[in-house]
Amino acid sequence: MRDGTIVVAGASLAGLRGAEALRAGGFSGRLVLVGDEPHLPYDRPPLSKHVLTGEIAPERTTLPGVGTLAAEWRLGTPAVGLDRAGRVLLLAGGERLPFDRLLIATGARARPWPEPAAAALAGVHTLRSRDDAAALAAALAARPERVLILGAGFLGCEAASSIRALGLPVTVVDPAPSPLAGALGQVIGGFVAGRMEGAGIDLRTGTEVTRLEGEDGRVRRARLADGGTIPADLVVVALGAVRNTDWLAGSGLDADEGGLSCDRACRALDEAGRPDDAIFAAGDVARFPHPLDGDRPVALEHWGNAVAQAAHAARAMLAGPEAAGPYAEVPAFWSNQFGLTIKSLGLTEGADAVAIVQGDPRSARFLAAYGREGRTVAAVSINAGRWLPAYEGAIREGAPFPPITGGADQPRPKPVPPGLPAPQPA
Amino acid sequence: MSDADGTLFAQVRDPANRPDPYPLYARLRAHPVARQDDGTVVASGYAAIRALLHDPRVSSEDLPPAEHPPTGNPVKDWIVNPLKDRIADRHRPFIFRDPPDHGALRRQVMAQFTVARVRGMKQRTEALVAECLERCAQNRTFDLVEDLAYPLPVTVICELLGVPREDEARFHAWATQLATALEPESRKDETLRACNTETFDAIADYMRDLIREKRRAPADDMLSGLATAKDPEAGRMSDPDLIATAILLLIAGHETTVNLITNGMLTLLRHPDEFARLRADPERAPRVIEELLRYEPPVHYRTRLARAPIPFAGTVIPEGAPLVLLFAAGNRDPARFPHPDRFDPDRADNQHFGFGGALHYCVGAPLARIEAEAALTALAARLRAPRLAEDPPPYRDGSSLRGPKRLRLIIDAIA
Repeated sequence: MRDGTIVVAGASLAGLRGAEALRAGGFSGRLVLVGDEPHLPYDRPPLSKHVLTGEIAPERTTLPGVGTLAAEWRLGTPAVGLDRAGRVLLLAGGERLPFDRLLIATGARARPWPEPAAAALAGVHTLRSRDDAAALAAALAARPERVLILGAGFLGCEAASSIRALGLPVTVVDPAPSPLAGALGQVIGGFVAGRMEGAGIDLRTGTEVTRLEGEDGRVRRARLADGGTIPADLVVVALGAVRNTDWLAGSGLDADEGGLSCDRACRALDEAGRPDDAIFAAGDVARFPHPLDGDRPVALEHWGNAVAQAAHAARAMLAGPEAAGPYAEVPAFWSNQFGLTIKSLGLTEGADAVAIVQGDPRSARFLAAYGREGRTVAAVSINAGRWLPAYEGAIREGAPFPPITGGADQPRPKPVPPGLPAPQPA
Repeated sequence: MSDADGTLFAQVRDPANRPDPYPLYARLRAHPVARQDDGTVVASGYAAIRALLHDPRVSSEDLPPAEHPPTGNPVKDWIVNPLKDRIADRHRPFIFRDPPDHGALRRQVMAQFTVARVRGMKQRTEALVAECLERCAQNRTFDLVEDLAYPLPVTVICELLGVPREDEARFHAWATQLATALEPESRKDETLRACNTETFDAIADYMRDLIREKRRAPADDMLSGLATAKDPEAGRMSDPDLIATAILLLIAGHETTVNLITNGMLTLLRHPDEFARLRADPERAPRVIEELLRYEPPVHYRTRLARAPIPFAGTVIPEGAPLVLLFAAGNRDPARFPHPDRFDPDRADNQHFGFGGALHYCVGAPLARIEAEAALTALAARLRAPRLAEDPPPYRDGSSLRGPKRLRLIIDAIA
């Protein structure tokens, strides 16, 4: 396909990179990008780091390449519905955008505090969009007395690190026994916990906030399940994300808050599991069968996945699913917090063993490999990113666990249970 | 790894193939990891090189033990030199060290190789280039190697390290001799080894004195920094490590940059359109230099050692096997770079191995870029109608640090 109309629903990283890949792949027709936010596509990783510390202004996060893309923009006008039979995307405000191909890259939004009245209190923030980050940065600049962060996943930990670096008192609460327990397990999470406490974070694991209380419309304290109370005048809700699929209700596509199902060529699936040849998905919203995990459907919230999957979807749109082949990138992400650069390759989910295979946690430079049923499924480096690529082959091939022994600076691996949550049934 | 031609790497080392080793590289790549008749395993495919570069079983400690040749003087032969050899073995420069030692040494060097210090050399480097060109202003022919590419990097690294100006001439001679130590051939050649050992002793003695002087009166230079700084984990660098590090910086900052500048000019003169574009738009220099690092890199390969058996693409690299990571072949791998044999500074995706990679990625890369940019933009701007007096030029013997022995240019004028 070279001409016609391609509409991209979602104007963030995946939408932009998908659109660019379409142009680079020779698409010369009409290209329209639809975004719910008024902003041009921007980069999210700095929002929890340099934007919070004030080193980068929120509006300086616009993604490179935006200016040179030959496309029409519909910003500030979310997609509200999809007429699959008529091949028309419906926008807020009533515009009907006909398409020959549609790329759905509507991403995810922050999961709000479940009680709407408390979520609406002044001082209660989420952190997902550029506007969120700007509002939070402004609130931090007013020097709150204590910041409470709900959730010790990557976002919560990064925000805690940035806010602590401003010299503010920070409490982090998470029901799991350690930070990052869901992604990395309690063993590596325990190491990070030590760093957090070393940085002066008041870390409360194994408990959760049951209620946020305010006075005069402003948050004042949080009640804990264990009976305690934490006074806080600023709360960051970092409880994960919800996929933006509500607008697909009634379209007949297989979508829910866990994502929009698609096949290995990124084609969206209908409720009967049949691929739609005109509709594709990429990025956070796309739930696809991952070959590294027995084709279990996964939706990845990774920067690198948004880029690679969007490019893959673009290839499949232009050249067809067979020519594009199956999408099989090894998942990868990184995080910066508390003086640590954490990098991960593969899927830790369901791993039953972890072992330090290079370096030494005492020097805060090491690499941990994850195994599942005797096969290598993931590797995570702490301040040792240059070691990580060695494990990509082992993960791709599912090499015996522990992988790669007999090298320099390799302790004898002692596999232990990683302390990950039990796998969810598919 | 089985049915490949096991003599291909020997042919790469044959000086007759120095002007154009690339057809041999293409044949080697047919087996991205190929075992040679002498037991050496050569990685020439991009993906294979990348995987092995990062593999902890691939060791950089592949030097034979230090060994002074007999002198006939029993005190030297039985006491002094064996002691020196033992110290040398324990304190290899960090290019020949593995983790965890490597990390601390490299970190301490990086702490001195600061952005400010390297950027601070930019203007000075440009001035040095101008001086070199002034000296040739009346010539109608000149040798780029002798008149510019060779003197420039030694002066730059001497100034960075803090070697007094009056000693620079000695450093030029030492650097020339020691650079051959990086060639695997030199480890087998008795005469070369003996010569290198003598040079090494001389430069080590010189460095020991200089370091003492820097400790007494520290200045704002790298050697003073290395001699006085304390790493939070590793503490202060030991004197033998300090000497080994200083010598490494001298050598590594030298021959490689000579090749980058010389190969660069040669390539640009073979692609006159690109030379003209660089002259018209000096802002293109960074792209041109990245592409040069891919297309005609200063270091064609580095050697390693397999510490343990390494399964690879259906075969196993045996423990103890000498490895060659043939960067220059990976840089031309069509599976990684579209139209790899085309010199194209505008290519968007150019993750070359011009500075190696992984833990041992070139420490001096930012400095090399500054030196090459200063030299090539000045040459493009100031030489009137330059052409090659001979093509191909004569090459030096090294197959790893590969570059012309001289590059004679004919010019109408220097502006």
